[in-house]
Amino acid sequence: MALTELEIKIGSLLLYLILGPFVAGFLNGVDRRITARMQGRVGPPLLQPFYDVGKLWKKETAVINHSQTFFVMIYLIFSIFTGAIFFLGSDLLLVIFALTLAGIFLVLAANVVNSPYSIIGADRELLMMFADEPAILLTAVGFYLATGSFTVSEIMKSASPAILMTPGVFIAFVYILTIKFRKSPFDLSTSHHGHQEIVKGITTEFAGRNLALVEIAHWYETILLLGMIFLFFASTNLIWVLIGIGTTFLIYFVEIVIDNTFARVKWPVVVIGSWLVAAAAGMLNLLLLSTLS
Amino acid sequence: MKVSRSPWILHYDASSCNGCDIEVLACLTPLYDVERFGVINTGNPKHADILLVTGSVNEQNRPVLQQLYDQMPNPKVVVAVGICATSGGIFAECYNILGGIDKVLPVDLYVMGCAARPEAIIDGVVKAVALLDQKSAQLKKTKKNRKEAR
Repeated sequence: MALTELEIKIGSLLLYLILGPFVAGFLNGVDRRITARMQGRVGPPLLQPFYDVGKLWKKETAVINHSQTFFVMIYLIFSIFTGAIFFLGSDLLLVIFALTLAGIFLVLAANVVNSPYSIIGADRELLMMFADEPAILLTAVGFYLATGSFTVSEIMKSASPAILMTPGVFIAFVYILTIKFRKSPFDLSTSHHGHQEIVKGITTEFAGRNLALVEIAHWYETILLLGMIFLFFASTNLIWVLIGIGTTFLIYFVEIVIDNTFARVKWPVVVIGSWLVAAAAGMLNLLLLSTLS
Repeated sequence: MKVSRSPWILHYDASSCNGCDIEVLACLTPLYDVERFGVINTGNPKHADILLVTGSVNEQNRPVLQQLYDQMPNPKVVVAVGICATSGGIFAECYNILGGIDKVLPVDLYVMGCAARPEAIIDGVVKAVALLDQKSAQLKKTKKNRKEAR
């Protein structure tokens, strides 16, 4: 029996909601293990991210300003919502705006306390959003020019994958993924290691359950971003689907390698760099595409 | 999920000669790699479960130490690393030294040595982790009792 379109949509939504965080958490575990191996260490168990979140859930949630808990909750809800729109096959533009909105609530949550680390982290997070936004918007425009639709389900049904028309946009998107995954050299807002210049930046003031919620929200976000990488390769052709899955994991691996080989840069480098890449690769690609078609 | 599965450490150098501090950091290097047990060296009291203190406490850092301890969410464990943190060591008689960490904070575990060897520190952390589980169970019990009392 062939599944109707609605059934597929609801199925993928449920898979995202239930399995999403587990897959992302597991990938995070793999990430930490590979990182450890690159540094000549054994590394933590693969399920370590789940142990961490489980522990944080059991800890006391010390909050200075109670609106922080509220903002963190909204951040989680919007992060889930963003992915839900994507996996329901809806409008890509809506996904992008909801993603930004979720990020803004995280910034607010970090800003409601009077901690210099947290506030610097929040400021830097805003700068990072400023840096990655053009490339993300170009991604949506690229999909439209390549497939004639902003709708995820329509893009999935295209005969040839979007990557063939938008390789430049893909490069711009992959470039800013490092910001989105909060990986070095672009992990300015939250240093991956807590004993560095701004402690944990944006997450410094979160404790216990609030930190666990932020972590879970980040897992949902990771799945969404991996989904967006895959979308570049999505088509009705099975070979392209397989290539897409392979590339998605390959890019995740490349992110780990980059994380381990680059030192953190200053914010102007991030902003100017990602805007330049977005302009040089993304814009040029779109200009060519619109003139040719 | 047991708390002991992911003990996050906050390392504070009270007035150590840096000997014990280097040994604490050695625990994180490829040779000892405590991240095998999920241990992370976080510089943030709000994320930490175990407070590792090296060196003896003096008037200058007493409020800092107290502040760090107060900012850590429950359950938490304090480990005094090295002889100075335990009793003041050779600095015990100095005019500004108050003595070991237990003069200021309720210390749960003492790790001996000058400097404490990484093996000893890891041993201390493993014991601290077991204590963390106990304290976590206790915390759960008190919470439950409080709820019932209401």
